[in-house]
Amino acid sequence: MTSLLAAAPAAEIAQASGGVLGLSWLMIALPLAGAAILLVGGRRTNSFGHLLGTAMSLASFVVAVLAFFELLGRTAEQRRVGVELFDFIPAGQLDVKMGLLIDPLSISFALLITGVGSLIHIYSIGYMSHDPDRRRFFSYLNLFVAAMLLLVLADNYVGLYIGWEGVGLASYLLIGFWQFKPSAAVAAKKAFIVNRVGDFGLAIGIFTLFATFGTVAYGPIFEHADKASTGILTAVGLLLLLGACGKSAQLPLQSWLLDAMEGPTPVSALIHAATMVTAGVYLITRSNPIFDGAPTAQLAVAIVGAATLLAGAIIGCAKDDIKKALAGSTMSQIGYMMLAAGLGPAGYAIAIAHLITHGFFKAGMFLGAGSVMHAMNDDVNMRKYGGLRKVMPITFITFGLGYLAIIGFPGFAGYFTKDLIIEAAFGQEGVRGYLLGGAALLGAAITAFYMSRLMFMTFFGEKRWDKDAHPHESPPVMTWPLILLAIGSVGGGAFLVLGDRFIHFLEPVVGKPENHHGFNPVAPVGLITLVLVAAGVALAWVMYGRRPVPVEAPRGSFLTVFARRDLYGDAINESLLMRPGQWLTRFAVFFDNRGVDGLVNGLAAGVGGTSGRLRRLQTGFARSYALSMFFGAAIVAGALLLVGNL
Amino acid sequence: MTTHYLVLSALLFSIGAIGVLIRRNAIVVFMCVELMLNAANLALVAFARMHGNLDGQIIAFFVMVVAAAEVVVGLAIIVTIFRTRRSASVDDVNLLKY
Repeated sequence: MTSLLAAAPAAEIAQASGGVLGLSWLMIALPLAGAAILLVGGRRTNSFGHLLGTAMSLASFVVAVLAFFELLGRTAEQRRVGVELFDFIPAGQLDVKMGLLIDPLSISFALLITGVGSLIHIYSIGYMSHDPDRRRFFSYLNLFVAAMLLLVLADNYVGLYIGWEGVGLASYLLIGFWQFKPSAAVAAKKAFIVNRVGDFGLAIGIFTLFATFGTVAYGPIFEHADKASTGILTAVGLLLLLGACGKSAQLPLQSWLLDAMEGPTPVSALIHAATMVTAGVYLITRSNPIFDGAPTAQLAVAIVGAATLLAGAIIGCAKDDIKKALAGSTMSQIGYMMLAAGLGPAGYAIAIAHLITHGFFKAGMFLGAGSVMHAMNDDVNMRKYGGLRKVMPITFITFGLGYLAIIGFPGFAGYFTKDLIIEAAFGQEGVRGYLLGGAALLGAAITAFYMSRLMFMTFFGEKRWDKDAHPHESPPVMTWPLILLAIGSVGGGAFLVLGDRFIHFLEPVVGKPENHHGFNPVAPVGLITLVLVAAGVALAWVMYGRRPVPVEAPRGSFLTVFARRDLYGDAINESLLMRPGQWLTRFAVFFDNRGVDGLVNGLAAGVGGTSGRLRRLQTGFARSYALSMFFGAAIVAGALLLVGNL
Repeated sequence: MTTHYLVLSALLFSIGAIGVLIRRNAIVVFMCVELMLNAANLALVAFARMHGNLDGQIIAFFVMVVAAAEVVVGLAIIVTIFRTRRSASVDDVNLLKY
């Protein structure tokens, strides 16, 4: 264990001097400036808002590519470059210096965010062309890109937290973009509130880190992580996991992601599939020295991942809403990444590799779903699709390539990265390996089933369209991003995995995996996976390809209803958290009204009542006053006499 | 010797006090107040004689000055009340109450 820790942060962080790396803050500043201009400029920027937003995102992508190549030009030991920006919070012991850390992990994320983000910006030009608020949409997208880049590029936990909250805000704004729809407004609020629970964990985790290490910067914390006690590291690990669960929609904080599909489809592709929801995986991979010192927390990560990958896959099987089926799939795939990240040094690089290939094929499929919805008058019900492959050939082919990638068809992206995860899970010792590996294997079979179901219901079979639906292929501005993403879905996995290219690239950050032996196409685990995937596809074909699909959803078995209701996640939240919370607030209101206010109001009423009676003594008859004065004087005189005599 | 003066003073004061309590006419009540003040003056002068210093007599002068001022203000009030209400009864002036 100690040798691993020594291996991980081997290289000192070099400071950038000039060059593109010194200018890498532009990556964040450009989209942020775009968002500011579009938001402050208001209606005046309506005419060119979408172009400016796309240009800013593309410019950020160019900076990222240049920084990437400059990083590649260095030797592996020198690929951790710090960029000092400014002193953010100089307050006594707490001295937060804001800076960026450009290393293989963060630059991989930066390329994914800006690359896929730019494609989605371009796609949105077409997708949102009829929306009167298109300029506002692009300003939020730019805000998201800036916040997400800050999240992955910051060299300390406070910077990460700012980005973390920034993407949460952008997600909230974009889910509720069509806020005139009550369902969208509610979904946005739900996402924000559920994320609050996770952010709470992340914040406490950062506080604990500061209390333990006296700093929030990555460098010193990871260097001294092995000196902290296992208890502290476990606590921090579990708190960070809570944060990751919220942002990445992992059990038990998964419920917001399915509702988040109320947002425009490009948002679902960018934020709720390719980038933001993977922030939890980034957090755990980035904090690898902490998790390596806390095996319990690491196991918790793997268990959460395994449970979520099954839960998401089961939900995906029963949804008729094409976006919700894809959202269940996203949950499931991020579960795979979490599982891999929970396997320790054996899994970090694989998790990130799967994250990147997933970014391509899932973004491609979401955009494909958007293209289908665009053609079908924004109808999301797959039961009303059918036979679309003939009228939308480009969407069909690109979606199909993404489909082959996600189910792990040999040669496509998911085949390489997902098989590596399954293999690594089986590589764990003892029962743990069989349980985690079995879950991943089962998940692969279910994935093949629900994705095939989605394909058959959407593109094959007879036409079940509404009468007023006239499907047509989308304009080139929407199909080109699909084609580019499809290329990534096809070749991304082989490019990253073959020859361990990506694993070596990430080595300076996450360490060298022990007894790793390259990708083996004929490993027994891989063959079993292929058989199960084929079985899943065959079952889907029997149920949805061969038989006609009813337009009205059948009632279904207990399991179908269970999955359709999101595994009763909302019901559990409602009965376990919402209702007791309501009772608590009602009791608090009652106590405040009757208890606290009752005391104060009772005192006031008592004084008022007493004085109301006492004032009756003021009769207005001067002689009665004289009489009381007389008696008073007599009493005083009597008292004086008495005292004098004593 | 001075005891007689003190007894007379007490009698005068009692008559005045009873008059204030039982009479309704504001003028009479007013005169009774004056009677009480003069009873007090008599007692002060008697005590001054008894103790052989002039302090009591000096205070009696002060009382007279204050009483004169009081007469001015009091009578003015009574006359004003009589003009507005056609009555000098203290029981009719009872509006200032709860």
